[in-house]
Amino acid sequence: MTRAVSVAVARLRRGDVLAHGVAFAFGGAVVGLTGLLAWELWRNSALARRQFGWRFLVTQTWDPVAGQFGAAAFVYGTLMTSAIALLIAVPLGIGVAIFLAELAPPRLSATAGMLLELLAAVPSVIYGLLGISVLVPLMRQWVQPALKGVTAGFPLFSGPAYGIGLLTAGIVLAVMIVPFIVSVGREVLLSVPREQREAALALGSTPWESTWKVVLPYARPGLYGAIFLALGRALGETMAVTMVIGNRPEIAASLFAPAYSMAAVIANEFSEATEEIYLHSLIEVGLVLFVLTMVINAVARGLIAATAETGGAR
Amino acid sequence: MVLSRNRRRRIVSVVMLGLTAVFTVISVSILFFVLAYLVVKGGRSVNLAFFTELPRPVGESGGGMANALVGSAKMLGIAALTGLPVGLLAGLYLSEFAGRGTAAAVRFGADILNGMPSIVIGIFVYTLVVLPMKQFSTLAGGLALGVIMIPIMTRSTEEFLRAVPASLREASLALGASRTVTIVRVVVPAAARGIVTAAMLGLARVSGETAPLLFTSLSNAFWSQGLLHPSASLPVMIYNYAISPYDDWHRQAWAAGLVLLALVLASNLGARWLLVARRHA
Repeated sequence: MTRAVSVAVARLRRGDVLAHGVAFAFGGAVVGLTGLLAWELWRNSALARRQFGWRFLVTQTWDPVAGQFGAAAFVYGTLMTSAIALLIAVPLGIGVAIFLAELAPPRLSATAGMLLELLAAVPSVIYGLLGISVLVPLMRQWVQPALKGVTAGFPLFSGPAYGIGLLTAGIVLAVMIVPFIVSVGREVLLSVPREQREAALALGSTPWESTWKVVLPYARPGLYGAIFLALGRALGETMAVTMVIGNRPEIAASLFAPAYSMAAVIANEFSEATEEIYLHSLIEVGLVLFVLTMVINAVARGLIAATAETGGAR
Repeated sequence: MVLSRNRRRRIVSVVMLGLTAVFTVISVSILFFVLAYLVVKGGRSVNLAFFTELPRPVGESGGGMANALVGSAKMLGIAALTGLPVGLLAGLYLSEFAGRGTAAAVRFGADILNGMPSIVIGIFVYTLVVLPMKQFSTLAGGLALGVIMIPIMTRSTEEFLRAVPASLREASLALGASRTVTIVRVVVPAAARGIVTAAMLGLARVSGETAPLLFTSLSNAFWSQGLLHPSASLPVMIYNYAISPYDDWHRQAWAAGLVLLALVLASNLGARWLLVARRHA
């Protein structure tokens, strides 16, 4: 190799090292940012963590005047609204995913899939706006009285029909997470090998039996992944819930009662928190939300990856 | 007996699969309901004044949200300036340089950020920018949106770069180009369309974010005094007006909702169209 060539090669390599270094710095920045996020939440909730300890999660006194803070009512509201949302959105979303993956011709499937992705793109504040002006009156005048009539005194569906409350928030959340279940669910179902369906049909099963007894079990981990992903979204959803949940920090037996969620209390009270302990308590609520969504999302990713790699073999 | 059992199975099959079709119709019609409702309600209140005038005080009808439109545009600009380059280069690192271990770490970080509720990102930027500066600001709002964009850009850039065939890279390297030249002149241009799409989708996604702005950029009834001062934004205005008790404000909220939805859906459709449109000369 002549000297000129080796100089040129060395120069090229130096450029590569530099480029590698720059790209590495930005990749590292993403990790650093995530670490910094966790650290800031941890550091800025220190006062609340020290003063209330684990009791923070199980007491429901939220009294900024007295400086007493417990987040149990918010945790309850977040978990209940998310549970209601899943109860509605899972059958609906999996149903749609089945239709799009198993029945619909490719063009229809692609079009409907795209429309549902647009539904996912609708900003949450707009769902809140529609929730306040369409769903809340509907719940107050029709749905809640009807549920009360049918269930006659069952505590979950009792109390005055305000329109706002846990159930309403759960329904809005359900609408918001259906697109996530559909888009991941559809991909997962489409990844089930054709032979599985053909074998089931050849053995004499009806199209539904092939779907229900063969395709769904095969895709089970991925479908659970889709559900967990949607749950992660539901837990952290802020605006739409804040606008219809009623914002009252109490745990009531009824789903009609106004309640509060973790994200909603941060949204409402953060800019008013003047006392340091108040601010730290709100940030600790954020920390709980951070840990909760991190765990749920990790589970979701694991489940989806498991289906992608092994084809869902159990 | 056997015949009737088979008939029942067939009926169950038709009913259940029919039900999935009904579910699909329900879900898709929600989108059309949202669109139609906003067009009807918001259409009545959108006029020229909405785009050119400041909000009027309670009791006076009319007025507009020009300050919120400008505020949103500024914050999106800051988000694009910070979120896009960081996300792009991190994605580039993942697809072109990273080894197994470091790639897993970066992906893990990006996935955590991606799944984080946007309100938590708001807290993060509050502690990092608002607290030290002792001031709610446009800058803080824009940075919050930028942080939300980073993981979206990282993962989609990686995906589109990975989709570039290895043969293209090999051809370039075989011609004597360095890896850097290969990436800049061959790989990135080949994936450019996808990356632009991802950037548009990312911007569309953050343009509707409300929660992280509530206590970073706050809001403002007037023109913002600059990047270091509180600013109105379209989503926060919708929120504040929607929960107010005034009819005039509700009408303005619908108008703002329509404008925001139109912007978000248009950029979504535009991005998708760009991705599938055939490459003309």
